[in-house]
This record gives sequence, C-alpha cells and structure tokens, in this order.
Amino acid sequence: MAAEQKKTKHILIKLLGLVVAMFVFAIWVMPPLYNLICDVAGLNGKTQGQYVSAVAAEVDTSRWVKVQFVAVNNEGMPWEFQPNEFSIKVHPGEATVTHFVAKNPTDSIMVGQAVPSMVPSNATNYFHKTECFCFNKQTLGPGEEAELGLRFIVDQDLPKAVKTITLSYSLFDVTDMSDSDVESKEQELQALHTNELSILTEFVPDKPRNNYIHVANRMQPLI
Amino acid sequence: MAHGPAKGISRWLFTTNHKDIGSMYLWFSFAMFLLGGTFALVIRMELFQPGLQIVEPNFFNQMTTMHGLVMVFGAVMPAFVGLANWMIPMMIGAPDMALPRMNNWSFWILPFAFALLVSTFFMDGGAPNFGWTFYAPLSTTYAPDTVTFFIFGVHIMGASSIMGAINIVATILNLRAPGMTLMKMPLFVWTWLITAYLLIAVMPVLAGVVTMMLMDIHFGTSFFEAAGGGDPVLFQHVFWFFGHPEVYIMILPAFGIVSAIIPTFARKPLFGYSSMVYASASIAFLSFIVWAHHMFTVGMPLFGELVFMYATMLIAVPTGVKVFNWVTTMWQGAMTFETPMLFSIAFVILFTIGGFSGLMLAIAPVDFQYHDTYFVVAHFHYVLVPGAIFSITAAVYYWLPKWTGKMYDETLGKTHFWLAFIGLNVTFFPMHFSGLAGMPRRIPDYNPLWADWNMISSIGAFLFGGAQILFLYIVIRAIVSGKKATDRVWEGSHGLEWTVPSPAPYHTFTTPPPKEDMQSY
Amino acid sequence: MLITCKRSLALLFATSLMLLPAIGFADGWQLNMTEGVTSISKEVYKLHMTVFYICCVIGVVVFGAMFVSMFLHRKSRGVKASNFHESVVLELLWTIVPALILIVIAIPSTTLLKKIYNTDDAEIDILITAHQWKWQYEYLGEDVSFFSISSTPPSQINNEEEKGEHYLLEVDKPLVIPVGTKVRFLVTAGDVIHSWWVPDLAVKRDAIPGYTNEAWTQVEQEGVYRGQCAELCGKDHGFMPIEVHVVSKAKYAEWIGAKKDEVLAIAEASKKVLELDELMATGEEVYNTNCASCHQADGKGLPPTFPAIAGSAIAMGELSGHLNRVINGGAGMPPFGEQLTPVEAAAVITFQRNSFGNDMGQLVQPIDVVTFKQGQ
Repeated sequence: MAAEQKKTKHILIKLLGLVVAMFVFAIWVMPPLYNLICDVAGLNGKTQGQYVSAVAAEVDTSRWVKVQFVAVNNEGMPWEFQPNEFSIKVHPGEATVTHFVAKNPTDSIMVGQAVPSMVPSNATNYFHKTECFCFNKQTLGPGEEAELGLRFIVDQDLPKAVKTITLSYSLFDVTDMSDSDVESKEQELQALHTNELSILTEFVPDKPRNNYIHVANRMQPLI
Repeated sequence: MAHGPAKGISRWLFTTNHKDIGSMYLWFSFAMFLLGGTFALVIRMELFQPGLQIVEPNFFNQMTTMHGLVMVFGAVMPAFVGLANWMIPMMIGAPDMALPRMNNWSFWILPFAFALLVSTFFMDGGAPNFGWTFYAPLSTTYAPDTVTFFIFGVHIMGASSIMGAINIVATILNLRAPGMTLMKMPLFVWTWLITAYLLIAVMPVLAGVVTMMLMDIHFGTSFFEAAGGGDPVLFQHVFWFFGHPEVYIMILPAFGIVSAIIPTFARKPLFGYSSMVYASASIAFLSFIVWAHHMFTVGMPLFGELVFMYATMLIAVPTGVKVFNWVTTMWQGAMTFETPMLFSIAFVILFTIGGFSGLMLAIAPVDFQYHDTYFVVAHFHYVLVPGAIFSITAAVYYWLPKWTGKMYDETLGKTHFWLAFIGLNVTFFPMHFSGLAGMPRRIPDYNPLWADWNMISSIGAFLFGGAQILFLYIVIRAIVSGKKATDRVWEGSHGLEWTVPSPAPYHTFTTPPPKEDMQSY
Repeated sequence: MLITCKRSLALLFATSLMLLPAIGFADGWQLNMTEGVTSISKEVYKLHMTVFYICCVIGVVVFGAMFVSMFLHRKSRGVKASNFHESVVLELLWTIVPALILIVIAIPSTTLLKKIYNTDDAEIDILITAHQWKWQYEYLGEDVSFFSISSTPPSQINNEEEKGEHYLLEVDKPLVIPVGTKVRFLVTAGDVIHSWWVPDLAVKRDAIPGYTNEAWTQVEQEGVYRGQCAELCGKDHGFMPIEVHVVSKAKYAEWIGAKKDEVLAIAEASKKVLELDELMATGEEVYNTNCASCHQADGKGLPPTFPAIAGSAIAMGELSGHLNRVINGGAGMPPFGEQLTPVEAAAVITFQRNSFGNDMGQLVQPIDVVTFKQGQ
C-alpha cells in the first residue's frame, strides 16, 4: 500500500508539472511564438519592424509595383487620418517617401498608435520600412495636425505574382495607456503658449499638402 | 475500510467514495443538461418564426453563450467524469480512485463554478453574451463587466476537470488489479486514459487564455488588443488550440461506451480491439494539429490553409476505422435491441452523418460558404448530441441496473429512445438546409427564406426536450420500483464490473479479483 | 413484426433525408447551397456537391451493411453469434481506401483554393470597414465613401407590419460594382470582429480590428445579391445585412459620378437654415435608423450599456457637449461625425433635445455642426 501511494504521488507530481508547463506554454510561449511565426511567415499581414539594410539596394527599373495606402480609424478614434496619396508606382529597390495626415479635432490631448497590416501576405517579407510613424505613438494636442512620414523600399526579390501591395494603417486611441506622453505634451504646449509660438507639425512635408484625394463624407476641405 | 456510507448530508459533502462521487457528478450533469436545454428552448422559441417575439437580441446572445458553456462544461464533461468515477475502478479491479480526497474536491467546486456563472444573469450587464467561443475583443474591450465572473467560473471548471483527469490517470496507471495489463483494459478505460491526458494538456491552455483576457481587461496588458501590439487572431489560435482537443474530450469516452455496449448486445467480441486503441490515440494526437480549421476565414496565408485542411481530412481515417470496426462487430452477431443498444446504434449512424459534414467542412475553399452558418451548427450538434448525449444515455441504461440493482422499464426506455431519436433528427437535420441556404448562426431573427426549416427545428427541439423529462421519470421509477436486476444483468455482458453483485456494494474489489475474470473482450 | 416495421420506417426516414437535396423546393424550403454568380462560386458549389455525393456513397455502403446486419443477425432469428474479432486484411483495407478517397478530394480542393488566393490586379479596390452594426464602403482612389445600414423598419421586426421579401437582407445604401470586372475587397473592422459574407459571390472574409484582409470577386451576371455579417459581433449581429448591386459598366460610371456630386450637394445643404418641424422630422428618421438600436425607440436606452436619452445629462446640458458626443463619440459610443451629414447631425441633436420629455426648446442648425467640426 505504501509503495502504491508513493507511486501515486509520483504520478501526481508529474501530471501537475505537465499542467503548469501547459499553462506557462499558453501565456508565455504561445504569444511570442505566434508573433515570431507571423514575422517569419508574414501571417496576418503583420509587417516587419524597422529595416536596416547592409548594402544599398539595386533599383530594378524593369518592373513596376503598385503600392496602395489605406487609413482606417478604430472606433472611438475621432482623429482625421488619411494618406496623402492613395497609390504610388515604384520600382523594386527604390527608396520612396510618402506621408499620412493626422488631425486631432477634439479639445484635448490625445495619443494615437497606428497598427500596420499588409496584403497580400506573401509580400510582407519584401516590404521594408526604413522610417515609419507606426514605430512610435503619436501625440497631438487640441486641433493639432501632423504629417506622418513613411519611407520604404520594396525588395527586388518580391514574388513576380505580386503586382499590388496594399498597406493599411488602423489608428487606435491609446490615450488611456499613455499618461507620460500626455504629460510631456502638456508641458510642451505650455512652453509654446508662453513663447507665443505657433504649433509646428512633426515632419516637414516634402510635398505640398493640397494634392490629397480621399474620403467623401469629410466636409471640411470642401466648405 | 469495510464500513458503509455515513448518514445524512455529510455522506455527500465529505464522501471520498468513487461511487458516491460518480452519482453526484451524474445528477449534477443532468441538472445542468436540463438548464442548458432550457436555454436552448428559449433560443428555439425565438427562432420559431421570423421577427422578435420572446426575447431581445442581447438576451438571445446570452442564451446562445450560456447554452454552449453549460452544455459543454456542465453537462457533457461532468457526466463523463461521473461515469469514469463509477466504472473505471470497477473495470480495472481497483478499490477506489487513486486520490479520493481530491476526487471530493474536484466535484464540489463545480457547483460553485456554475453558481458563479449563472449568477451573472442577475447582475448589471447580464450574463456573458459573446458566444461560448468568446472571441476577443468582443469578450474583452466590448464585454459586459460580468465577464470577470465568467473568467473565474471557467477557472474553477478547469481546475475541477484537471483534478478529475489527474485522478483518472493515476488510477488507471497505478491501481489496476494484478493481471489487468494495459491491453486487457476495457476500451472505456483506454479512451478515458487518452481523454485524461488531453484534458491535462489543454485545460491549462484554456486557463491561460482566460487569464490573458483577465489581464487585458483589468491589468492593462495587450495580448489580444491590436492597439497595444497584441492580436485578436492570437486569441483564436490559443482558444482553438484548447478547443479542438476539447471536442475530442467530449467524444473519446463515448467511443469507449459504445465499444462496451455493441459487443454485449451483439454477443460477439469487439472487432479490432487494438486498432481501436491506436485509432483513439491517433485521433487524440491529430487533435493538436488541426485547430486552425475553425479559422479558415481569418485570412491565413495559402500555405497555412492547405496544411490545416490536409491535417483535418486525415482525421477521417482513424474515425472511419472505428465506425467500420463497430459495424463489423455487429456483423454475424446475435443481436438484441435493448435501449442501450438502440442508443448505441443511433450513435454510430448519426455520428457518422456528423462525420460526413465534418469532412465537408474540412475542405477549406468550400468552408468559406459553410463557416459560421447553421450548417456548422447542424454538424457539431450531430456530433455532440448523438455522440456525447446519446452515448451517456446509453451508458446510464446499460449500467443503471449495476448501480441501483434495479431494472428500468424496457418499453419506456424504448419510447424514450424513439422520441429522442426523432426529436434529434427533426431538430438538427433541417439546420443543414437552412445553413446551406445561407442562414448565419447566432442570429435572433432572420429572413422568411429560412422560416420553414426553423419552424421544424423548433418543433423537434421541444420533442427532444420532452423526451429528456421522460428519461428522468424512467430513472427515478427504476430506482424506486424497478424489478430486481441480476448480477450479470445482460446476457452478453463481459468484464469485471459484472462480477460484483447488483447493486454494486459500497466498496468493491478491496481484494483484487481473480485473473481469469480479465480476458479482454 | 412491429420492430421490423419500425426499423424499415427508420430506414425510409434516413434515406428520404439523404435524397432531399436532389429535389427542388419552392421558396422557404431551399435546401442547398447557391451556385452563385461567379466562376469561383460555381466551382465551390461543384466541389461541395462532389464531396457530398462521395459521402452519400460511403453512407450507403456503411449504413447498408449495418441494416443488413441488423436484419439478418438478430437473435430473434435464431442465429448463433460467430466469434471473429480480427482481420489484418480488412483493417488495412479500410485504412487505405479512405486515405485514397481523401487524396481524390484533396486535389481539386487545393486547385480551387489556389484560385481563390489569386493576387492579380483588380480594377476596383473597395475598403470594407465593419462597425457595430453597419458596413462602411470606401471606393479607394475615388472620392466615394458611405455607410450601409439595415433598412428593415422596426415595425416589421416587432411584428406590427408584414415582413417584406428582403426582410433583414436590405440596406439603405447598397454596395455597387460593375459586372465582369475584377473587384478587390479589403476587409477590416473598427471595433470587434465581423465577417463580410455574400453567398452568391462565395466571399466570406473576417473583418478584424487592426488587420486588413483581402478577397476578390468578378461577377458575371447583373443583379442584386444579399448577404449578412457572419461572425457574432454583439447585440445586433443579426441586423447588419449586405446588399450588392451588380450593374453594367456604364451604369456603374454613372453611379459613381452621382456619388461624387452628392458630396457637393451635402456641402451646399449644410449652409441652409431649417425650421423646427423640418429638423424634428428629419431628426426622428435619423434617430430611428442610427440611434434607436441602442438608445431604443422610446429613448429609454438599455442601461447600463446603452444609457437613456430621456432626461440624459448630455441631451439636457451644454450644446457643445452634445455635439461632441454625437460627432466624436465617447464612453463606448462610436463617433457619428463621418457617418451623418451636418443636416442629419443637426436634426438628430435637435430631435434628442426636444423629445422623450426633454424640453430644451433649442434649434441646432447644420452650420452649427460645421462650425463645431472646424472649430475643434
């Protein structure tokens, strides 16, 4: 009987170990593993992080790739958010700069985070962002407007079947999670106010702003 | 050791006897079955015809959610654990479960889990309304505040299942009577051993996924929230990594039950015992690599879709082996059709039909049309109702004389079977049609295009529900005034559980049974 | 005898159920998947039927063997049970044969899936954003974007009026696409997960917040095709239909031109000053389409999730607060600034401030809304 109980205890400990291991697996292994697989395989259109190239890419002038830009506001995000140009034709290997415009129409400081997503999913590994506003949170004061820059290179090895790449950004309101960003913005605004300086945009636009085409139901530019 | 049960309520509160605990599990699960069934009838009432009549949409969502949760975690799983408690020690010649005090715990925390879950009906915001699959962010950012109670309820259910499973593994591995080798164990014991391992592997994953929800809701993490770098699709991956094995948790013990009943009433040994064991094990293994077939429409890359489609189709092979083995077991037997046999035959037929629709659903390009329609509802009810509910019912009729020492009324039993059989088919068969015709699932109101099928389904549901009340009456009548049962009970019965008297004494096999009683059958 | 009779009845029942799909029925009794109106949907239908027939054949063999056995090998017929319980040949046979059948099914499935995943250029790109509980369609590169909401009147839902033919499958502003043109859909969501499904196009794609999914269609036949949200998305999941109008290329060009003019017309209308009764009438309409599903037709809401308008601090408070809530949303309510024209926004705010017992006696003009939006 004693030997039996010892064996039972042994089984119990092993099985409890398995339980703990599976719990740990679910919380601490599966999410990072999933992100890793997404990064490697381009699952879910997750784009890669900042790209640093070792060698300057060669421009493949024999081929055109259409890159489209889409802006989506998540619910409860009142910012006006849109790409400066909806579609650009680029050569693979060529570094290109484009801009999105964001405006905070409310009377309080807000923090936004843009989440990128790309289709088709087999293009994600061949689209390199060397600079992107999506790497950081964006803080805008009341009524403030900003041009948000994006610099990218389409890889020469992009599969031949891919002729169009669509990059979409969903803008989320993350003000509640970003107390420090709001505070530093408050201080900045106060400093500006006392110096009677006008509000500057974050990026200096390298293209005039008036050429943007986007979104009906958006009355201001028309009135 | 040789004492009888304690008197009064303390017998049930403090019992460590596997038979007492088994009975409590079974009664509890039947109560939950009626509760979940009531929710289902509210759903069917609302869907009886187009338009909103009985409930408002948010309450309808609470009904579908609670119906799923209560049936899966309250009715089916505890019923199987109850059967395991009663039968496994008696089948392997053990005096009790390996961890009797833990056994008491794993039962008694269950009523609390469900009290917690059901209490949300009476709170501000109401019961969970995001479906039993509780996809984020509907179940996190957009959930009613009561979601926290739901999370704790799931945690407790999970703990109960894990403890039950550990107990079963320890009992099977450690307490088999001398001579009871693994390959001599009845198939019910085998399938439960595999099920228990599945439970131990995936219930912690369920606990993990609700814990991540809890942290997202209350502690500012962003596992499932895109804004903070998380991903709502991750939720679905983790959930279905639990969810698909869970589906097999609800069907493997049923395979074991049917593999015990069909040979008994065919008076012929089970065909292909060892291939049954291997098929069960391979089904369990495959269940870990097919989860994303629930997610064909989330936009996986082509490669992912193909892999999960092929893996899912593969499940048809071991499942097919099982069905063919049961049919061959019946072949050239000398069959009689008592109630347990009727339910088992219905199990084989209807489960196979559910398997066919399962194969159709596995085909990813076509699944784009089936996904989240009533075709899916028809599929999983064809697998779960005949699969789990019919097998549990068959098991109750089959072993009730052993448990109580009394026979049930055969005519009433057969009446129950035919009512349930007809009710089930009338309820769920039309759902194939309404689904193919384009009716999405989980909607409280619909276009008159699907009105006729829905009306038939609703009528069938009430027939099926009524049949279960008859079941309750039959069981109570048997306990109160049934005819005395013999020890063997059935002419063709084989196995250790039939070598003890009927009713089974409070303590059985305090000394191991003789080896000659243990031929595999 | 009785038992045999029952059994043959059961057999009859089962076979008749299997035969049903072959029989055509009138409306209300539709049995089978639609063939649809695209080459993909037709192939999907064909594959569906192929797999179904394979299942039927297997079913006939397996159930046939069972029924024969149940008839012949009954104890009541005085048979003796034989004792065989193993056969390597048989068991190998029914492992290998199903595997071969699966391979036969897998080949066309793979081919079809590859076609669905084709990434060739499309002529039109449409961004579909799902919201609780409406669809937003944005014709990318054109200046056209609008919301599409269920147009089934509440009186039909509440059984006060007879239900129309397209009950719960009709919208105020349908999606319009040209025939014979490859159209690409980019599908995403603004709040929870939804799923955009039109059976006739065989397109079902989940709309997931933060991610953009892709699907395409090329419809070969003009007509109106209807669908619904297919993923549980909260209270009104059953009330967010989809209506796709497939029209000739010429008509499409005309339509998209008219849509662009509409934007200018709205701007023009926003400058007008309206009377109270005009505002109240428009406001009530707008309220019933956009607000009533949450705040209820009687303005009492469904607290605590959906607060009442009647006696609400916002509707009875400062106008700027009311404007802010309607235009920018907040406290769980989505912003309506994009969805409502200034006339509609002004009307609904006026309506809310002067109904359900609220008596602010205040007129809100479209220009107020425009000024508020600009002044922010």
